[in-house]
Amino acid sequence: MTDGGRRTRLTVVVLAACFTISIIAVSVSGQSETVSIAPADTAIAVRPPAPPTSVVAEDYKYDNAKHLVLSWVPSIDDQPGRTLVLGYRIFRSSGGGAFMPAGSALPGASSFRDERLSKDSSYVYYVAAVSATDTVASIKTQAISPKREYLHLDLVWLFVIAFCISSSVIYFIWKARAGKKLFVRKIAGLDAVDEAIGRATEMGRPILFIPGIQDMDDVQTIAGLTILGRVAKQIADYDTRIRMPVSRSLVMTAARETIKAAYQIAGRPDAYSDDMVNYVTDEQFGYVAAVDGIMVREKPATIFLLGAFFAESLILAETGNSIGAIQIAGTARPAQLPFFIAACDFTLIGEELFAASAYLSGEPKQLGSLKGQDVGKGLAMAAILLGVLSVTLGQAFDIGFFNWLADGLSTIFSAAVE
Amino acid sequence: MKRQVPLFITFFVGTLLIVSVFSPPIETLGEDFSVFFDIIAVFAFFLGGGNLLRVHLTKISRRKHDWAYSIVTLVGFVVMLWAGLFKVWNEGGIAASVTAEESLFGMIFNSVLIPLQSTMYSLLAFFIASASYRAFRAKNREATILLVAAFIILLGRTAFGTMLTAWMPSSLSAMEIPNLAIWIMNSPNLAGQRAILIGIGLGVVSMSLRIILGVERTYLGDDGK
Repeated sequence: MTDGGRRTRLTVVVLAACFTISIIAVSVSGQSETVSIAPADTAIAVRPPAPPTSVVAEDYKYDNAKHLVLSWVPSIDDQPGRTLVLGYRIFRSSGGGAFMPAGSALPGASSFRDERLSKDSSYVYYVAAVSATDTVASIKTQAISPKREYLHLDLVWLFVIAFCISSSVIYFIWKARAGKKLFVRKIAGLDAVDEAIGRATEMGRPILFIPGIQDMDDVQTIAGLTILGRVAKQIADYDTRIRMPVSRSLVMTAARETIKAAYQIAGRPDAYSDDMVNYVTDEQFGYVAAVDGIMVREKPATIFLLGAFFAESLILAETGNSIGAIQIAGTARPAQLPFFIAACDFTLIGEELFAASAYLSGEPKQLGSLKGQDVGKGLAMAAILLGVLSVTLGQAFDIGFFNWLADGLSTIFSAAVE
Repeated sequence: MKRQVPLFITFFVGTLLIVSVFSPPIETLGEDFSVFFDIIAVFAFFLGGGNLLRVHLTKISRRKHDWAYSIVTLVGFVVMLWAGLFKVWNEGGIAASVTAEESLFGMIFNSVLIPLQSTMYSLLAFFIASASYRAFRAKNREATILLVAAFIILLGRTAFGTMLTAWMPSSLSAMEIPNLAIWIMNSPNLAGQRAILIGIGLGVVSMSLRIILGVERTYLGDDGK
């Protein structure tokens, strides 16, 4: 190698242990100079990582004395470009006992939530930074016990919103009981129920009632069954046949009870038969195949699709459409609503499914609950309008009041949603 | 009494579950009740299976219309039950996993049930085509708006849609078909969906209160009058 005309001999010494490269330049005259090249990443690879600092254990807010939260400042060797730390291990001592592993965290993490603790014990923690060769512990935390809170104060806004809506529903039920006349808008799909049952009666064909594919723990299934109660009473009055294949055993028993009670109210308990409701399968597409088969073979004049539906919604609704049945559908799953709208004669959109039973009953106290729902809608509309205006005006004119309002609304509804 | 006891249980449990949302000491109550429900649902399987057997055996014995299909149903039910209960062809015997691939249960599941499910699911593609044809007929103003919006979204999701408006200057990029499609999905469509979701939330609150307060009693076979 030449260096300004001088010949230079290079000796490269690789110190394998620390990966530092030393270059010894020796001139022709015999003078030598050593230059060490030690890139940051490689130079620190041999030493233990720095431990995490400021390790603090705190009570986890608003829980049942089961959790503690540990936070720390990551090791200085756990940063972009200095990735010596492979992760962290958390050690816990319970009631003054030995330290045991409590969990681990990935590089870059700065907190850990310890679970399944007891409020009767005190806990001390330390966090260890782990490298390929070493585990370096932080200092220990103060002893701490988890505390129990009785109210979830983070949910105060959710409580306020729920309280307002619930109060308005109860208030209007009470007003309706007191005899106040309430206006409820017409719902075309529910007005058509009478007509649909009448049509099946005239044609001498059965009515097919499908309550979705979810179990009794789904509110949509319950909504479907409350409508079934009203429909079954009319069916009993008209002496029409009903077929109800179900995909859940509990729905089968609940539906049988509902229909049986409706026949008793109609004064025709002898006309009821358990065969009106039958279990098919829990399997989604097996159920679809069976119901499609019933539609094609028995050609019901009217089909009710009321409950929770998924991918099977369009297959059922299109088959029903192909046999010329009047179809009244309703679900609270927005993704399935377009299919029902395209394939059915009437569709109960979202809230209409839950309002159906009250609407069909025509009882003032039930209709009162629908009126209370409208107050909730009014609140939602006001909040949306206020939010849009405050964000728009706040950003356009940088007016402090509107920014404050926008932040406040965001806080209220974010807390409520979380 | 027959009505009052279920109404009291509904009121008590409903109120307790609402309180559990706001009170940490009983915050797991909802999950616990879900477990209770699952246990009850497991026992209800026997009711379902029993009903399936009864319905199809009656159909076969009385030679009702299409009774031969009931034989297929019953054979399928009994074979699957036998293969699953007795772990037929499972390598580890009765202690092995019921879903092991080499077992008879696994083979029937993978070779018969899954293809049948896929067949039913694939029907959806044809039904989407027929439903779209009906929905997109421009019979009135609303249907025309639906048709135009659907057309833009369909085009916007294809390379052809991108190509059609690629010549537009960057100042008009918002009018490019893919961007229009994104705008339709993110603005009017999302706003509509959220409106429906708010309505659903309110409907659930209203209906739950009706049931908890005993105003809605249809599920008990009582019309409340």
